[in-house]
Amino acid sequence: MPGVKAAKQRSDVVVEIGGLPIRLRSSDPDFISLVEERYTGYTSSSSEPHFDFDIELAPPDTESGDEELRVTWNSGRWLMERGDFRAEWNPSTARGRIEQTLNPYSLDSVLRIVHTLLLAKKGGFLVHASSAIRNGRAFLFAGVSGAGKTTMARLAPPDAALLTDEISYVTQQDAGYFAVGTPFFGELARVGENLRAPIACLYLLAKGPENKIEPIGGAEAVGALLGNILFFARDPNFVKLVFDAALDFVSHVPVRRLTFVPDARVWELIV
Amino acid sequence: MSGKLYVARSTAIAARSLGDETMVMSATDSTLFTLNEVATAIWKAADGATPLQEIVANKICMEYDVAPEAALKDAEELVAKLAEHGLLLLSDQPIPRAKVVAA
Repeated sequence: MPGVKAAKQRSDVVVEIGGLPIRLRSSDPDFISLVEERYTGYTSSSSEPHFDFDIELAPPDTESGDEELRVTWNSGRWLMERGDFRAEWNPSTARGRIEQTLNPYSLDSVLRIVHTLLLAKKGGFLVHASSAIRNGRAFLFAGVSGAGKTTMARLAPPDAALLTDEISYVTQQDAGYFAVGTPFFGELARVGENLRAPIACLYLLAKGPENKIEPIGGAEAVGALLGNILFFARDPNFVKLVFDAALDFVSHVPVRRLTFVPDARVWELIV
Repeated sequence: MSGKLYVARSTAIAARSLGDETMVMSATDSTLFTLNEVATAIWKAADGATPLQEIVANKICMEYDVAPEAALKDAEELVAKLAEHGLLLLSDQPIPRAKVVAA
C-alpha cells in the first residue's frame, strides 16, 4: 500500500558481550524485541556470530519453584537447568537450545553460564563485583550481596565509566587482565557501558568507620577471589581452569581490601 | 596408629604453591585449602610410596623443632581431613603412581 511500510518482524538478535557475538533466535518477534531492549548497547549487527541459540518459549505456568541450578557436561554438551529454564549447548557445533518462559532474566542466566564456561578456557572469569573505568584503568569492587558493590557504583564520580554494578567480566589478553562492560546488573537496574580497560586493582569490599586500603596476602586474595567468581559447573576440568585463572590473576593484578564509609569520598582513593 | 599409613595426592585436585604455602582445591566439591609450610612439606612428600611415619620423621622432625609423637598425631589429623575432601588418598598399602598427581 503506498505510503505504508510494513515493519519487518525480526526472528533473531545478536548479543555481543566481551567481543563474543551470540545469535538468539525465536519465532516470537515480541520476545526478540524484549531481548533487544534488555540488551541495549550490547546488540550487534555481526553476521557471523560465534554461537547460535534457538529459544522456545513455554507458557508461564510451566515454571517450577526449583531455584537450584544444575550445569553438567554430558556427551559433548553442556546441560543447564533451573526451575525457569532448560538449556543445552554443544560447543563443537556452536549451537544450543533454550526452553524458557517469556522472562528475559532466564536468558540472562543462560548467557552468564555460557560466558563463564567460555572465559574459563581463556583464563578469564565472571566475578561478583561492580567495576568502573577511571583515567583509562579499570577498578573492580568485589563482595557478596550487601558488601557494597552497588553502593560503590552509585557513588562513582562523573568521570568514571560504570561497567556493571553486579557481575564483572574479566578477560586475559597478552599476559594482562581487562575488565569489560556487561549488561548484567544488580540493584542499580542499569546496563554497564560497553567499554574495556586494563584492570588496575581488584578491591575486596568491607564497610567500616573510615576509608582505607590495606594489602592482603596472596592466599587470602586467592581464597576471596574464588569465593566471588561465578562457578556454575562442578566439572573437575572446569574447576581446575577456574582455580588456575584465580591464581594467575592474583599474581598479575593487585588485590586489596577496601574498607569504606558509604559516601562519595571513598572515590578519592580510587585513582 | 600401629601399621604403616601411605598417603598420595589425589588426581582430582588443583594445586599450586604460593610462597611457602600451597593452595589446594578439590575438583569434585570445590573446597579450598591453604596448607602452611609444615602441611606443604607433607603434601609434597605424599607420593603414595613413602609411609606417613617416614615423612614425618624425615621431613618434619628433622626440619622443625617438634616431638615425633606430637608431629605424627598432627600429621594424621591433617591427612584425615584432606582425605575427607578427596584431596589425599590413604591406604595401608603403597598407592600406585597412576593415582598420584605430581607435586
